[in-house]
Amino acid sequence: MAVAVERPANDELRNLSLSGHVGFDSLPDQLVNKSTSQGFCFNILCVGETGIGKSTLMDTLFNTKFESDPATHNEPGVRLKARSYELQESNVRLKLTIVDTVGFGDQINKDDSYKPIVEYIDTQFEAYLQEELKIKRSLFNYHDTRIHACLYFIAPTGHSLKSLDLVTMKKLDSKVNIIPIIAKADTIAKNELHKFKSKIMSELVSNGVQIYQFPTDEETVAEINATMSVHLPFAVVGSTEEVKIGNKMSKARQYPWGVVQVENENHCDFVKLREMLIRVNMEDLREQTHTRHYELYRRCKLEEMGFKDTDPDSKPFSLQETYEAKRNEFLGELQKKEEEMRQMFVMRVKEKEAELKEAEKDLHEKFDHLKRTHQEEKKKVDDKKKELEEELSNFQKKKAAAQLLQSQAQQAGSQQTKKDKDKKNASFT
Amino acid sequence: MFKGSADNKIEAAMSELVPEPRQKPAVPMKPVGINSNLLGYIGIDTIIEQMRKKTMKTGFDFNIMVVGQSGLGKSTLVNTLFKSQVSRKSSGWNREEKIPKTVEIKAIGHVIEEGGVKMKLTVIDTPGFGDQINNENCWEPIEKYINEQYEKFLKEEVNIARKKRIPDTRVHCCLYFISPTGHSLRPLDLEFMKHLSKVVNIIPVIAKADTMTLEEKTEFKQRVRKELEVNGIEFYPQKEFDEDLEDKTENDKIRQESMPFAVVGSDKEYQVNGKRILGRKTPWGVIEVENLNHCEFALLRDFVIRTHLQDLKEVTHNIHYETYRAKRLNDNGGLPPVTAETEENHESNL
Repeated sequence: MAVAVERPANDELRNLSLSGHVGFDSLPDQLVNKSTSQGFCFNILCVGETGIGKSTLMDTLFNTKFESDPATHNEPGVRLKARSYELQESNVRLKLTIVDTVGFGDQINKDDSYKPIVEYIDTQFEAYLQEELKIKRSLFNYHDTRIHACLYFIAPTGHSLKSLDLVTMKKLDSKVNIIPIIAKADTIAKNELHKFKSKIMSELVSNGVQIYQFPTDEETVAEINATMSVHLPFAVVGSTEEVKIGNKMSKARQYPWGVVQVENENHCDFVKLREMLIRVNMEDLREQTHTRHYELYRRCKLEEMGFKDTDPDSKPFSLQETYEAKRNEFLGELQKKEEEMRQMFVMRVKEKEAELKEAEKDLHEKFDHLKRTHQEEKKKVDDKKKELEEELSNFQKKKAAAQLLQSQAQQAGSQQTKKDKDKKNASFT
Repeated sequence: MFKGSADNKIEAAMSELVPEPRQKPAVPMKPVGINSNLLGYIGIDTIIEQMRKKTMKTGFDFNIMVVGQSGLGKSTLVNTLFKSQVSRKSSGWNREEKIPKTVEIKAIGHVIEEGGVKMKLTVIDTPGFGDQINNENCWEPIEKYINEQYEKFLKEEVNIARKKRIPDTRVHCCLYFISPTGHSLRPLDLEFMKHLSKVVNIIPVIAKADTMTLEEKTEFKQRVRKELEVNGIEFYPQKEFDEDLEDKTENDKIRQESMPFAVVGSDKEYQVNGKRILGRKTPWGVIEVENLNHCEFALLRDFVIRTHLQDLKEVTHNIHYETYRAKRLNDNGGLPPVTAETEENHESNL
């Protein structure tokens, strides 16, 4: 049956005006309600040296005491520790996962420090990719473990970035949204801080490190994002202890010479960080992770495996066809290997057979040889025997002859004697 | 609250993710609702607003298909639903216009905006459905079209370099127009719905409901519901996709009492009691389209647009599309399911 499909191109879409209230302006609400009932996932990776204040900052950001024991400095290598928490505020449930780099920066040889981090991030992408490629999949209630934001803790040296920092950030910038922050910012004086920040930013730029850009394309957030970007990297101070300031209890660090208030924008950039990370750009961070970093990973991974996008009008299902081809190739290889193995086996058997035959032949030869020798010996012995017999018979003959002679002689002698006697007798007569 | 399976997934994910050189006990997750520990406002709930802003910026797609014999008022109803001329009415059969020999599929797209929300609405018309003398298999072109849209989406999804936003042309909702005979469903109706309820969300509506009295209407609806049940036709909202008790009770009420909606459509306005309302003028009175006493148009509109629009799209994406995808991948011996035997062939297991 012929089916005529009329579909005008996109630019021919007419804008229609509505003559009354239809009601689809509730669509965003419908969408949001669905998401709210499912809950949201947010995963933060904290990269920084041991003791730089990662756990404290997380506690401060989320206003809770996440359980954790401080790590020692004796870790043999860098490992990642992930812990998940459920937080709820009004009707929003957040599944928060905080991933810590334990032992980062402690080893003497830090060449491979970045590797476990990159591996972890890739593993999460891989898990998502696997789920996406399954035949029977359930993406809509998949627990997303991909890292949405990476807070990179820079040590407050006041000079510049450490080379470990540069190397690590360069390795991570295409895989995750990096937000650099200066930790323990209360150890730097105000004037030094400004210099330090510019130094860091220029170093990042000159080394081509791509940190997360706060989005400026949407009017409502463009302004605030633009103003905040100027203050990067945020110099933060974390504290879960409360100190009485004026008539309020607020989070602060108490020193003999004064009190550093965490939420005071003059003292540190904590409020800016919280604003950017949570209150303004959380959704954008999630979106960037999915549409940029994950897509990049997926593309690289699939290309690595040999898949290519075919032209749009050729084969309909490029991935599957390529897969089929690969599969056949693989099966072909398998078969070839099998054939090779079989041939080798046959050859070996033949060789063994030949060897055995040789051995058999040898044995036969030996046997023949032995037989011959034996025969020869036997013949010799027979010959000797014959000789001996001949001799014996000769001897016997001689003996017989001799005896005969003897007897003859005797007879003759006796006859003679008889004759003689007779003769004698006769003679006498 | 999070269902048990989600918890297990997190725990399992946690223990897998940590390559621990020493055996360390897994740190347990905090129990749900530890609000006492939240000593101050964090701002997590702003994510709702962030999400809303993002979705409003990207806009929405909605594709609605109307199926039914000609003259049942499909175009008028769609125009009434979206309060604009989204569908061109076929103004009767002129002798010059031929009745289409086969079922045609006509998709027309418009962009409409309301309250800052931009929607790309596509109405897919199916002229010729059920109009032939021999209507055997006339649902096939429709099924083919629906599957073609799934195929298009699948192709895009499977690309290596994917578009940021895959254009969604899949049919989210199919309004099936039942002729108001007052007796029962026609064999064609049953056949169509049987075949298509498995691939698309079908919402049956009783067209031109102003030809039935209230009693006739209730009886007819009951009979139709019974017939659909007997024939195993699951129309939207399908029972099996109710997510929680709340959904179930709400949807049960709709399924068992309101559906199929008996509607009347009109794009002409009349003055009634000093107000301008949409209606149909007859010698015996004006039928007000949006008056719940007269017909159930308002219920249909609220159901489709104001409460279940997003859900229609989600069921299409999460269930119908996934079913199509799974079947397609299995049929062509494509990507094998992740089973024990394929794990040996590490090369072929993506």
